[in-house]
Amino acid sequence: MMTQMNEQKNEMEISFDAVSQNESFARVAVAAFVTHLNPTMEEIDDVRTAVSEAVTNAIIHGYEKRDCGKVYLHCRLKGDVLQIEVMDKGKGIENIERAMEPLFTTRPDLDRSGMGFAFMEAFMDDLEVESEVGKGTTIRMTKKLGSSAWVDSED
Amino acid sequence: MEEFQVINNYLMIKLPEEVDHHQATTICKKADHYILQQNVSNVVFDFEDTKFMDSSGIGIIMGRYRKISCFGGKVYAIHMDKKMERMFDMAGLNKIVEVLE
Repeated sequence: MMTQMNEQKNEMEISFDAVSQNESFARVAVAAFVTHLNPTMEEIDDVRTAVSEAVTNAIIHGYEKRDCGKVYLHCRLKGDVLQIEVMDKGKGIENIERAMEPLFTTRPDLDRSGMGFAFMEAFMDDLEVESEVGKGTTIRMTKKLGSSAWVDSED
Repeated sequence: MEEFQVINNYLMIKLPEEVDHHQATTICKKADHYILQQNVSNVVFDFEDTKFMDSSGIGIIMGRYRKISCFGGKVYAIHMDKKMERMFDMAGLNKIVEVLE
């Protein structure tokens, strides 16, 4: 029964304006998309944090708070593995390696901590960053979910 | 909603349910107003109502620490959950912020 569930595929795609009100919308949308997998509270919270970091980066850095772009959020479920893609068509990242260093930020003036990528890395299983200056940035993250549901369903 | 209260020279900040970039902008602005106008030297961040935090929360605390530490002030954090503590440790905030309880 469980192996059948493993084969399931599901996909969703949304785009929204790059404004800070939509950070919570994006987190809630992704959390709702995966609820049927019965993820643990921690897993959901980790996904919410990672989505929040990626979307906030797109808004603050990609579009530099100019409120004139869209953030594209694409989620894929393959069995119990969640793939999240967050894309912007903003200014792009000049030095990805440096951007990913913990505590490095280009906007200390906005009270940014420089921990965004570090948290995405820590709370997801895998993180990929693709960026081109002047074209935009795509963040791809994956995480296996609902691992505890197997234990719970034993009894 | 976040709440601010000044007790002696301590600024108590009760953080909202969700601490993200959207919320952080107002919290920073209000906190700095209290720090400058009411001469508070210490800041206490209370996470009791907070159910979600991302790196914006770390940024709020770092920024306030920078503002008050040069005058000898201290930053405290109370009612944090395990995830928040982990985020604190990763950012090295546990070295500059006193975590209570």
